[in-house]
Amino acid sequence: MNQIYLDNQSNTKLDERVFDAMKPFFLEYYGNPQSIYSLGSVSKDALETARRQVAALINADPKEIIFTSCGTESNNLAIKGIADALKAKGKHIIVSEIEHFSILNSVKRLQKEGFEVTYLSVDAKGNVSEKELKKHLRKDTILVSVQYTNPEVGTIQDIKELVLTVKNSHVNDFIVFHTDAVSACGVIPVDVKDLSVDALTVSASVMYGPKGVAALYIKKDVKISSQIEGGVQENSKRSGTENLPAVVGFGKTCEIAKEEITKNSEHIRALRDKLITELPKKIEYIYLNGAMGKNRLPGNVNFSIEFVEGEALFLLLDAKGIMAASGSACANKNLRISHVLEALHVDVAVGQGSILFTLSKFNTEEDIDYVLEEFPGIVKRLRDMSPLYSYFIKTGERKPAGQGTDYDGHDHCHCAT
Amino acid sequence: MAFYSEKVMDHFANPRNIGEIKDADGIGEVGNPVCGDMMTFYIKVKDDKIEDVKFKTFGCAAAIAVSSMVSEMALGKTLKQVIDLTNADVAKALDGLPSNKMHCSNLGADALHKAIENYKTKQGK
Repeated sequence: MNQIYLDNQSNTKLDERVFDAMKPFFLEYYGNPQSIYSLGSVSKDALETARRQVAALINADPKEIIFTSCGTESNNLAIKGIADALKAKGKHIIVSEIEHFSILNSVKRLQKEGFEVTYLSVDAKGNVSEKELKKHLRKDTILVSVQYTNPEVGTIQDIKELVLTVKNSHVNDFIVFHTDAVSACGVIPVDVKDLSVDALTVSASVMYGPKGVAALYIKKDVKISSQIEGGVQENSKRSGTENLPAVVGFGKTCEIAKEEITKNSEHIRALRDKLITELPKKIEYIYLNGAMGKNRLPGNVNFSIEFVEGEALFLLLDAKGIMAASGSACANKNLRISHVLEALHVDVAVGQGSILFTLSKFNTEEDIDYVLEEFPGIVKRLRDMSPLYSYFIKTGERKPAGQGTDYDGHDHCHCAT
Repeated sequence: MAFYSEKVMDHFANPRNIGEIKDADGIGEVGNPVCGDMMTFYIKVKDDKIEDVKFKTFGCAAAIAVSSMVSEMALGKTLKQVIDLTNADVAKALDGLPSNKMHCSNLGADALHKAIENYKTKQGK
């Protein structure tokens, strides 16, 4: 059976060239980069080469790169480390509502420790407005963190304008601007100097690199407290023996991405546009979530399919060899519709049918044609057994939601006992 | 281990007794589109037994499998036997459900009980 992987926002397949670059660092060059004998020196050189490669992808200075274990760790380090370093100046932090949980749960922790957090709402396309940001800037604001691109609905944020808004506000001269660029790096051009950000998160595992490695860019002179205490690694900003094979792979990933980004994004964008154009011709009552055209990540397709549920959709797709994701409540462990769809004010009942296809450079037009061939039948199959659909066909009306029209009512609407 | 048992996947992929009964003796509905699960059950009753049962379900794999399983368990049983059937019995018959699905998707027995209530109300008229 075909195996078509369309969940690249969660993880990508490793590029074989990256794998080849990593291999010698498992069995041959296993020295600790901090050791000064020859085997250690080889490792140290490889570490610094990787640092230059990662820096080059985002137009940073290699000294501004801190290697970490994953995007989540980079985001934790950014939020908690910057907040800790600046807490004497203020305790107010601003983030958007559609951030990754590593940002949202980090600020939640800080809230418990006495920081104040403002959550910026987004419009129906997922954009933060400069006006909204400006309104919330305060004299004691120390940190603003807004995601560069959203992996679920594909929205590309105008980070440059948001940074300018902060700079031009003159509320104080110490606000640090961080952006989580995990789903942007390697997919669209990211230039820290052009964006004028102070800190940026980049991860290998969603750009054809290995798992277990990511980085935080932190601009020279921006203060940050380490969150993992230990030895001198990463300039004592992130202690712990370096995961060298992964770091080497990350470097190679960035080198390849820099060379191939234009070619890959054009390829992926064409496939995305085919899916976005053709699916609505084959399936009625489907709605695109997120931004359109140039403001959307090249590989992101997110539709709400009315009258059906997302987990059922992707499990039937899986049975056909197609791997996708959903933001439905049932697909989430916490049984709520995804916080991103909620922030975009997607109708909660309709959003239950969200299906997310995220494409990679490895996907082909045949993959997309196969999805276009199989998916309408899956939707039909589920609609044929959906009481919501039969009600709609009979009456021409959407079945009104009964009990529990919000999440507070969730228990009431579900638990009979 | 797979997220769902083989039985759940079988009933999800090949659900039994899907449909509606036009002249149903009782109809029961539970759940809510906003929560992501909704089941409608239709029953025909003869000699105090479930002579026929059909359902339509909007929801995840667990919700569909639960509906299918409970419909099989109820077919041909007496009303008393079906009333004694619990959501837990259905989950057990499916070789278990993931813990986060136990409350939200496991509503099949409730839906059938509602259909029986509806039948009894109609009979009382």
